[in-house]
Amino acid sequence: MSRRRVPRPVQPAGEVPDDTGCTVLHVDMDAFFASVELLRHPHLRGRPVIVGGGRRGVVLSATYEARRAGVHAAMPMGRARRLCPQAVVLPPHHEDYARVSAGVMAVFRSTTERVEPLSLDEAFLDVAAARRRLGGPTAIARLLRDRIADEQGITCSVGVAATKFVAKLASAAAKPDGLLVVPRARTVEFLHELPVAALWGVGERTEETLLRLGLRTVADIAHTPVETLRRALGEATGRSLHELSWGRDPRPVHAEREERSVGAEQTFARDVDDPRLVHREILRLAERTAGRMRAAGLAGRTVVLKVRFADFTTLTRSRTLPEPTDVTRVVHATAHGLYEALGLQRARIRLVGVRVEGLVPASAQHRQLVLGERPQGWREADEAVDRVSARFGRGAVRPASLLPPPGAEGGDPWAAAAPR
Amino acid sequence: MKLQVERDVLAEAVAWAARALPSRPPVPVLAGVLLEADAQGTVTLSSFDYEVSARVEVPARVDEPGRALVSGRLLADISRSLPARPVELVTEGTKVTLSCGASRFNLLTMPVEEYPSLPAMPSGSGTLPGDTFTEAVAQVTIAASRDETLPILTGVRMEIEGNRLTLMATDRYRLAMRELEWQPDAPETSAIALVRARTLSEVARSMGATGSITMALGQGGADLIGFEAGGRHATSLLVDGEYPKVRALFPAESPIHAVVERAPLMEAVKRVALVAERNTPVRLRFEDGVLALEAGQGEDAQASESLDATLTGESISIAFNPQFLLDGLGALSTTYARLSFTQATRPAVLTGQREAEGDDDESYRYLLMPVRLAT
Repeated sequence: MSRRRVPRPVQPAGEVPDDTGCTVLHVDMDAFFASVELLRHPHLRGRPVIVGGGRRGVVLSATYEARRAGVHAAMPMGRARRLCPQAVVLPPHHEDYARVSAGVMAVFRSTTERVEPLSLDEAFLDVAAARRRLGGPTAIARLLRDRIADEQGITCSVGVAATKFVAKLASAAAKPDGLLVVPRARTVEFLHELPVAALWGVGERTEETLLRLGLRTVADIAHTPVETLRRALGEATGRSLHELSWGRDPRPVHAEREERSVGAEQTFARDVDDPRLVHREILRLAERTAGRMRAAGLAGRTVVLKVRFADFTTLTRSRTLPEPTDVTRVVHATAHGLYEALGLQRARIRLVGVRVEGLVPASAQHRQLVLGERPQGWREADEAVDRVSARFGRGAVRPASLLPPPGAEGGDPWAAAAPR
Repeated sequence: MKLQVERDVLAEAVAWAARALPSRPPVPVLAGVLLEADAQGTVTLSSFDYEVSARVEVPARVDEPGRALVSGRLLADISRSLPARPVELVTEGTKVTLSCGASRFNLLTMPVEEYPSLPAMPSGSGTLPGDTFTEAVAQVTIAASRDETLPILTGVRMEIEGNRLTLMATDRYRLAMRELEWQPDAPETSAIALVRARTLSEVARSMGATGSITMALGQGGADLIGFEAGGRHATSLLVDGEYPKVRALFPAESPIHAVVERAPLMEAVKRVALVAERNTPVRLRFEDGVLALEAGQGEDAQASESLDATLTGESISIAFNPQFLLDGLGALSTTYARLSFTQATRPAVLTGQREAEGDDDESYRYLLMPVRLAT
């Protein structure tokens, strides 16, 4: 929801919002990476601070002082520096973020069992079962904010609502360091003032379509016949947007997030137009993806290739296999085939990604054998590689084409694959 | 051009020619069917999509010889719907007027001179009986792959050694191979060709009714195959590429084989497969005198059934994709089916057998890879 700020509705002073039935909390750390950095550099408090950099400079996080100048996450660093020349730029310290995140998640889990983490710094909580112990949702939200500030020294914002999607909008509206309760009775009113882009599932393309139809606010969507929406946006999107526009979101808070896909992607240190480098990267990503699947005991049927070009346009292509696989060679051959099918002529590529979807437990899979298949095939080779990696570290055995070339600089795109 | 032709003759000829019409023509003229009428009273209809060509000659009363190119799709739809009356076709300027009884159609013509010339039939031909060819093609095309990303496997491999013609197709899970005799013009003919399975089945289906089919394969590096029967001609480009060496996949020997009545086995497989979810197999257990079939597992639905079977060799349990098994059994025409095995993870061979006791007919063999059950 960071793409657009959600305006904060005016909550009448002194009025205690009715939080009956609002058991879903969305808790989101404020400028997480930047806030953690400020713990190391307290003297920078109150100044614009940007976390990011590295060779491929993008902003990973920025304090609200920097955001006021227009800086936001994922922005190229050069642009961020121009917008906010006085900002202090700090390199990221991912271990610190992981440590603070673990502390925050521990606070969540001591509050309720129903925690659905979305990333390092945000999660949904269903506090229905904690009310007797800790008080109403609003009280629990205050408690969470206090504990996180005390124990971790950072601030967060909390949205309290009856559904996940409204809770998430509420936390965005409460930012920074705020709390917003959207009472059940005022959900529709709250939603209807928002721009269409605030709705879950409205990306740039959908937004364009909606604006072309003259639909600017959520209220506009809500008052458009669902048939019209379905015609314009497709069966699923049309229906779901209409449901969301009336605050209907049946998705429960899932304590364990189900793995829907396994994948890896790599942004090249410099844009790449050499197909050999891209091929090698696809091999490395396929290896990593299939290795993760085997480690998790999963197999998948759909292989997805993602290619982002220097101008940020992004293509994804997918192919569904006759049956699920977790074999590196199959994932690679499929992804490679998808890349070849794009027929690119020295296009400048910024990022490639390989992903496998349609996951099922590998052990539950019957396998249609292939004619001429060797009894000891690639699957067995993969298993041997996995055992060696488990013992000697990742990358101990790998395709020769993934060995770092002699005298490779750190800037080579596959050098990052070398075992540390 | 001015001619008169019987309605049924026209409709059948147009239907044949329309086969090769591309659904998305790369150039507009290829959406057309070329009509050519000659003074001898023959009308030729042709279509071509650069890969497959179809041509048919029918008798007609030709008043004025000539040529015209009209939309094939439209001509096919119209001729199919006409009343059973003689049809008259006349070119008038840039239009062809088609009249039949009280109906009249004006069809815009396309420039004939832009139409590509159809490939000539290759030399080096021979003949084979239509019904046998149709049967053989149907028996092997079931095993051809429909996956367009592996073009080679969407083809049927034809091998000719003298009067022996072998057809093969595989999608990597099963392999169908049929051997038949044909009469080559030159007794020492030797050739190989890979023909798209879809094209081959269409040709075989529409030419099979005629007694004898002429098949023409260029010698050496030719890239075209041609068929001719009863005034109908078809050519097709061959699929390019090296076909895998599949003959070696048949096991050298099979220590175990079972003979089962074919129709009851197919019925039983269809029944138990009703509970087999997508990608789950039917399990077959052969023991002395009995074949037990099972499908489904765990908490979901399950089914089982047993049949009489004559088993030679040790008992064996093996699992197959039910559709693959049914395809193979359905390709046989004999009363009994023989299933030959080496072990549960090795391919099984299906052959037909006329009598419960006796030898199997090896002119058609269907090699089927089993499914390995989850542990």
